[in-house]
Amino acid sequence: MSTPPNPPDRRLDINAAAGPLAELFAVDLTLATVQCDGCSNTTDLARYDVYADGPGLVIRCQGCDHVVLRYSTAGGRLRLDMTGTRLLVIPGG
Amino acid sequence: MAPAALRRRLNWQLAEVLSVTTETPTARRLRLAVHDWAGHAAGQHVDVRLTAPDGYTAQRSYSIASPPQAPHLDLVVERLENGEVSEYLTEELRSGDLLELRGPIGGYFVWPATAAGPVQLIAGGSGVVPFLSMLGHHRATRSEIQVRLLYSARTEADLIGTGELAGPGISTTLTLTRAVPPGWEGLRRRVDVTMLAEHTLAPERSPLVFVCGPTAFVETVAAGMLSLGHDQSRIKTERFGATGGP
Repeated sequence: MSTPPNPPDRRLDINAAAGPLAELFAVDLTLATVQCDGCSNTTDLARYDVYADGPGLVIRCQGCDHVVLRYSTAGGRLRLDMTGTRLLVIPGG
Repeated sequence: MAPAALRRRLNWQLAEVLSVTTETPTARRLRLAVHDWAGHAAGQHVDVRLTAPDGYTAQRSYSIASPPQAPHLDLVVERLENGEVSEYLTEELRSGDLLELRGPIGGYFVWPATAAGPVQLIAGGSGVVPFLSMLGHHRATRSEIQVRLLYSARTEADLIGTGELAGPGISTTLTLTRAVPPGWEGLRRRVDVTMLAEHTLAPERSPLVFVCGPTAFVETVAAGMLSLGHDQSRIKTERFGATGGP
């Protein structure tokens, strides 16, 4: 058996993504609700798994493991991929 | 939190180190003065950034230990094996030094004293740090909300914030997982479902539950609280990875 791609101890909560994402977003994403494009489930972004120890930041659905958000600042460029997010809702508009 | 506060752009700012004190054999408390600090809610964190002379930067997140009412900002940093940031912060940093930080960050894992209902806090290791802010906030606001804390650490010497765990309306249960001193009156094992059933607020009370600590600890506790009948929407978790376990 090879090492699983996502060892359980790497999982973090949305707080770990909040600082980096604040480089791009002027709103607090820790309070957002996200609909996963993989399984259509809608839940608080706080109930997704955050992986912050790779070259970029990755957020995955707890239900189907689909990647809903990737963010990186490598090479002096901000890159955001949210093709896995069908809808992002932020309270307080 | 007011919507206006949500739309504040976060910038890196300089904090002056007022003091560095020994919290446990491996943890230091950094007391910081931050000019024009925007104020924080109990439970929020900051990112700290270190820059080497060659421009290499490294940043880490640390929960704020001081309550919103404090005139300064306290962080408690645990030294990790091969932790390039924590090693510098716990070994090299001196009062008078400047530190780059941004925050406060995160409006999710916070306890506003105005929230209704009792509160159950469950901490593993340095996961107690955001709870020190919440308990301080509870005392400062003379809150009448019932708060219970279940705090798991390796040994008595590893307990963080021992002078800040009590107050009117606050009851604390300590459990040690590695060694107990003679005469120890707390619990002496890892947190399990039986312990959660006996030493935390019952689901019938609908407490707001906060769990903070290493990932494995938090996931075990959160699953245990769900199995006891707590509503998932009342359980807030903050996992901080594999390190600094209880």
